[in-house]
Amino acid sequence: MVNPTKMLEERKAGQSTGTANLKIEVKNFNFYYGSYHALKEINFPIYEKRVTAIIGPSGCGKTTLLRAFNRMHDLYAGARYEGEIVIHPDGANLVDRKTDPLKVRMRIGMVFQKPNPFPKSVYENVAYGLRIRGVKNKKMLDEAVEGALKGAALWEEIKDRLDANAYSLSGGQQQRLCIARAIAVEPEVLLFDEPTSALDPISTAKIEDLIVELKQRVTIVIVTHNMQQAARISDYTAFMYLGELVEFGPTEKIFTKPEKKLTEDYITGRFG
Amino acid sequence: MTLSIEAKKVIDFGVFLFLLFMGAVSVLVTFAIVWVLVVDTVRFFTHPEGGGFPTSLLRFFTETQWTPTFYNKQIGIWPLVNGTFLIAFISMVVAVPLGILVAVYLSEYASWKVRETVKPWLDFLEAVPTVVYGYFALLFITPLLQKMLEPFGIPVEGMNALSPGIVIGVMILPYTASMIEDAFKGVPQYLREASYSLGASKLRTALFVVLPAAKSGVLSAYLLGFSRAIGETMVVAVAAGMYPQLTANPLEPIQTITGYIVQVALGDLPFNSFEYLSIFAAGFMLFVITLILNSVAVYLKSKAVGY
Amino acid sequence: MEQSIEAKRNNVGLKLKEFDIEGYTSSVRRRDKIFEIVGLLSTFLVLLFLFAISVDLLIDGWSRIKDPNFYKSYPSRFPEEAGFLSSWVGTIYVMAGAIFWAVVLGIPAGIYLEEYGGKGKIARIIEANISNLAAVPSIVYGLLALGVFVYRFKFGESVLTAGLTLGLLMLPVVVVATRESIRRIPRSIREAAYALGATRWETLLHHILPYSLGGIFTGLIIAASRAIGETAPLITIGALTFIAFLPPAPWEDFFGMLMSPFTVIPIQMYNWVSRPQEAFHTNAAAAGFILLVIALLMNSVAFYLRFKVRRKYQW
Repeated sequence: MVNPTKMLEERKAGQSTGTANLKIEVKNFNFYYGSYHALKEINFPIYEKRVTAIIGPSGCGKTTLLRAFNRMHDLYAGARYEGEIVIHPDGANLVDRKTDPLKVRMRIGMVFQKPNPFPKSVYENVAYGLRIRGVKNKKMLDEAVEGALKGAALWEEIKDRLDANAYSLSGGQQQRLCIARAIAVEPEVLLFDEPTSALDPISTAKIEDLIVELKQRVTIVIVTHNMQQAARISDYTAFMYLGELVEFGPTEKIFTKPEKKLTEDYITGRFG
Repeated sequence: MTLSIEAKKVIDFGVFLFLLFMGAVSVLVTFAIVWVLVVDTVRFFTHPEGGGFPTSLLRFFTETQWTPTFYNKQIGIWPLVNGTFLIAFISMVVAVPLGILVAVYLSEYASWKVRETVKPWLDFLEAVPTVVYGYFALLFITPLLQKMLEPFGIPVEGMNALSPGIVIGVMILPYTASMIEDAFKGVPQYLREASYSLGASKLRTALFVVLPAAKSGVLSAYLLGFSRAIGETMVVAVAAGMYPQLTANPLEPIQTITGYIVQVALGDLPFNSFEYLSIFAAGFMLFVITLILNSVAVYLKSKAVGY
Repeated sequence: MEQSIEAKRNNVGLKLKEFDIEGYTSSVRRRDKIFEIVGLLSTFLVLLFLFAISVDLLIDGWSRIKDPNFYKSYPSRFPEEAGFLSSWVGTIYVMAGAIFWAVVLGIPAGIYLEEYGGKGKIARIIEANISNLAAVPSIVYGLLALGVFVYRFKFGESVLTAGLTLGLLMLPVVVVATRESIRRIPRSIREAAYALGATRWETLLHHILPYSLGGIFTGLIIAASRAIGETAPLITIGALTFIAFLPPAPWEDFFGMLMSPFTVIPIQMYNWVSRPQEAFHTNAAAAGFILLVIALLMNSVAFYLRFKVRRKYQW
């Protein structure tokens, strides 16, 4: 049995100051693959410049939910959204049929489970998003690439190797490169899909520190199967089980005084 | 009736030997091809009518006319090689852009339904007999070209390289496009997702992420298509003419290596005659060209894997 | 230093925030749409080509296609009297031979490579060979047949030689189809048979072969549909184009049938299309259309079979 309070001792998140503004509201959200009802009546808020963790046993739908935020499901046939995911301040519904997924992805970046740099140079990887947005000015690109790599705590290690192929980097560096690529275009929200599951503990620690730092700049949603990780870095935690949201609340509360029995069982390691 | 274990083991071994033997026959086929080509090519070069070795070899690569069937025998291979490559290049002008368009469309754009409807028809295009394509080139495309170009004062001969070139381009297209599609399929989905997650469009993702990642596979597909165009026989035999010449003008009649083999094979061929041997020398040239192309293609394909 | 980077970052950020998402997405969407239409059109163009060929042949050849005498007559100097009896009968004999050789050589070779070959040296050599053979131009098979079967084995320009030639041409496709359909059978099936004490050949005969037969058959039909239209290798072995008799029926004189001269539909068509008289072109079109229909039928059967196999064995 795990003591959940112990997990909070390693907390890196610290107290975020000031009141949190609402960034995203998930309202009565349902998701289907063909006839399979994958996500059922999901409701919860995501606060601006905070880290929200989504946890739950594998197959609970946490990654499916995350990929709904930037409409990744649209790439595959048979995906259907119902309900709303509203982004503030403009109040647009991200999953509305009329909302262009391209526009959604322009505002919401993503870092994937397995590092997935393009088979190009480090520089071109980071510059890709800017080039898409029509930035051609070399000086501007240089500055943005440098800024993003610094933001991803990769600059010092890599500044002499900007022309090297991204695949020559280590796994942890590749993942930080993917983070740099995502933040280079200044997204409003950054999604992390189990970003450390393919990495060693040292690289994991670096990425976790990075996430905590990044929340100064961007709203973060992270999916993780690792409860300790959620405890360490998140401000809010959502617990999902079998396609439903069981409980949502401040991380301290979820880990110390969960309201639902199911949450407590999961947090204390009775199943999952 | 039940067999003893010993008997079963003997049968087991017998079956193994039988299967191994049949597998080995395929190797034998390759050896036989190489052997026949080499032996009869050597006989061609030592034949007195060609001047005997090594004069004949020198003539083969230096003369500018190919007339082994004439009284005055010239045996310069280049006119045939020229015709072969001219046709193959024309076909690639058609197949390269169309191939990439069709492959990108089918693999990145088309819905599952469209793809499932179109693919069997593309496959069927591969099963259309080549002599039928030849008929179409001679009696449909050539007259069409004449009608289109002659008002501008451009004479198009009844036999020319352009028309079979175009038809071969379309003919190899399903094959090329489906290999390019396979190369695209080999590009891991997570690269596409990375691109889309940054807000890229389909076109951008296809051209700047998928295509570069699949480039050696795409190149390999084109080389194999090119090799097919070089080995294609009936379309050129029907529509390209029988006039081996060193020309780059696609509106004149030419002859390819394959076209020459057909022309000679249609006549009567005494086993040891110079004409008979000349088709083996030409065939050997064809075999070497396609073997090089195929080997490079296979090498490129083997490089394509690995992300 | 850090400050200046932050400032620079904000500078770019500012530029990006001013960035017109609305205008950008609509222009990109338009380009996407344009490409989609271009892609669809080029795919359509290729299919249009197929359609044009079929219609062209049908129109040009209609007067002969509908004429029953066309199917019952030998070739002739007079285009209106010429038929393709000897060539369609020849096609049947030659294809029977080709399928026989492809089955006898190709299926065992495929089984060997997949079930016994493993990653050994011999298997690798055979495998490299098969893929090389698949890329050899068909006319080179004709030269092989001319040099070996016709002159050195003295089989002559016969049904036997033609069957062997096309059989070898079909070999790579059959081998690959055999391997692929065997590969689809999960290892657990094999292990179940071995666990019950079956030997290798028993497992092969009772399980592997029956389960993969559908897939092998599909590949065989596809290979045959290509071989049936092959012209070049048969011209090379010296197939005659003017045959005004039929080979003896196999049940009367099997050996005589094997050694008989022959012609096939595509060669007959080539002969007609290369005549200067236009009336012969009508015959060529008719023969071409019939070839096209045969190819379409065979491909449809293969398509249906593949569908059935996928349905039946969902491991």
